[in-house]
Amino acid sequence: MTPQMTTWSFFVDHRAEIVGATLDHVMLVAIAMIIAILIGVPLGMFIVQRRALRSIALGIASIFQTIPSLALFGFLIPIPFIGGIGKRTAIVALVLYALLPILRNTYVGLTGIDPAVLESAEAMGMTRAQILFRVRFPLALAVILAGIRTATIITIGVATIAAAIGAGGLGTFIFRGVALVSDALILAGAIPAALLALLADFFLGLLERRLKVS
Amino acid sequence: MNTKPALSDKETIQFREVSFHINDIPSRSIVSGISLAVSHGETLVLLGRSGSGKTTLLRLINGMLFPSQGEVLVQERSTRDWDLIRLRRGIGYVIQDAGLFPHFTVAENIGLVPSLEKWDRCRTAVRVGELLTLVGLDPSEFADRRPRELSGGQRQRVGVARALAADPPILLMDEPFGALDPVTRAELQREFSALARRLGKTIVFVTHDLREALLLASRIVLLEAGRIVASATPQEFLRLEHPEVRAFTSSLALTPGAPA
Repeated sequence: MTPQMTTWSFFVDHRAEIVGATLDHVMLVAIAMIIAILIGVPLGMFIVQRRALRSIALGIASIFQTIPSLALFGFLIPIPFIGGIGKRTAIVALVLYALLPILRNTYVGLTGIDPAVLESAEAMGMTRAQILFRVRFPLALAVILAGIRTATIITIGVATIAAAIGAGGLGTFIFRGVALVSDALILAGAIPAALLALLADFFLGLLERRLKVS
Repeated sequence: MNTKPALSDKETIQFREVSFHINDIPSRSIVSGISLAVSHGETLVLLGRSGSGKTTLLRLINGMLFPSQGEVLVQERSTRDWDLIRLRRGIGYVIQDAGLFPHFTVAENIGLVPSLEKWDRCRTAVRVGELLTLVGLDPSEFADRRPRELSGGQRQRVGVARALAADPPILLMDEPFGALDPVTRAELQREFSALARRLGKTIVFVTHDLREALLLASRIVLLEAGRIVASATPQEFLRLEHPEVRAFTSSLALTPGAPA
């Protein structure tokens, strides 16, 4: 790689690799998000009625959010089963990051419902489960989706750092570019990552507006 | 034993020496020493100032609250012994903001209890049409609207229709017309008064508006600081000498245009 190589011609020459890394990146984010949603949404529904568990769950999720991402990847490497070098460790870390916005928004969405609506539901003889699934959940859906949207954008960004522990994805270009002082390499990772984040933001935002009940 | 949510027609509501307090420190008494019987087909109005315990009495009837002392009987059975889901499905409930489900259409709101009771689709649809007509809304125009597309008065009409959906023998109403503009309020009061007479339901109606009480009640029960201070027919009520009654009647006299 020569320093005078322009960014554009680098993109053209390596388009197959860039596309491959982008797909890797998307897979990493998608798997992490699916797991985070499968944990975060049910957990959020579970803590609605349980005051003690609520502060513990939200507290732990907040702590993960405060750990710098590079440090979190580092911490996970020596842990058996979930740790080590590679995709699995990266996915665990990404799930931990994505959890807080999903959990918090699920909880806020489910509890931020007009008290008159909940009072009616109870007085009409709906069971607690019916109130949760037929009233609270549909009314909270837009707020929950806003949490998923935030989490997705965070995850797309954090996933670039996962390349540091050998998880692949667009971060591979960025780390190599930093090591070789090559703007073209850095941009080959950064531009697709930014585009992914914008696309995710746009489409999830669209979905969120469609689900909003006023 | 019975699968039908049967509050039978003959039965009434009965409060036996009921007190309710909240176990704060110090514990706060909300209502105390309440003994009251509501007979079938009666429209009992609970009248009182804010904080007099009217809403608490209402919520003691459908098991949203339970007495700290004494007991509340519905159909001669204590609310503690009722399956609460069955009890509540046999009692219509209308509140001030209507509490309509914003993600349901008008028809889905009205058809909720029937759908919980597993009525078939066709029967529910017919019932929804009947009820919309009953509360003065054209089914073809309103059935598919969302609550946000209705005016306050229309929302309250839907609230009444929803409460009547499974034909419950008892109706509880907590200041249902309180948030409406005066013209709409008067209109709904008149219509509801006629409707109540036709339906023959046992109705417990909470209000702080004496004129509304006089219009709708077959009996007015006046509450002051959690106790019953008067119980009378509307005609008798105006002649009572109790200071709290006088406070209410004089507020009426002060209102411009009120009957002297």
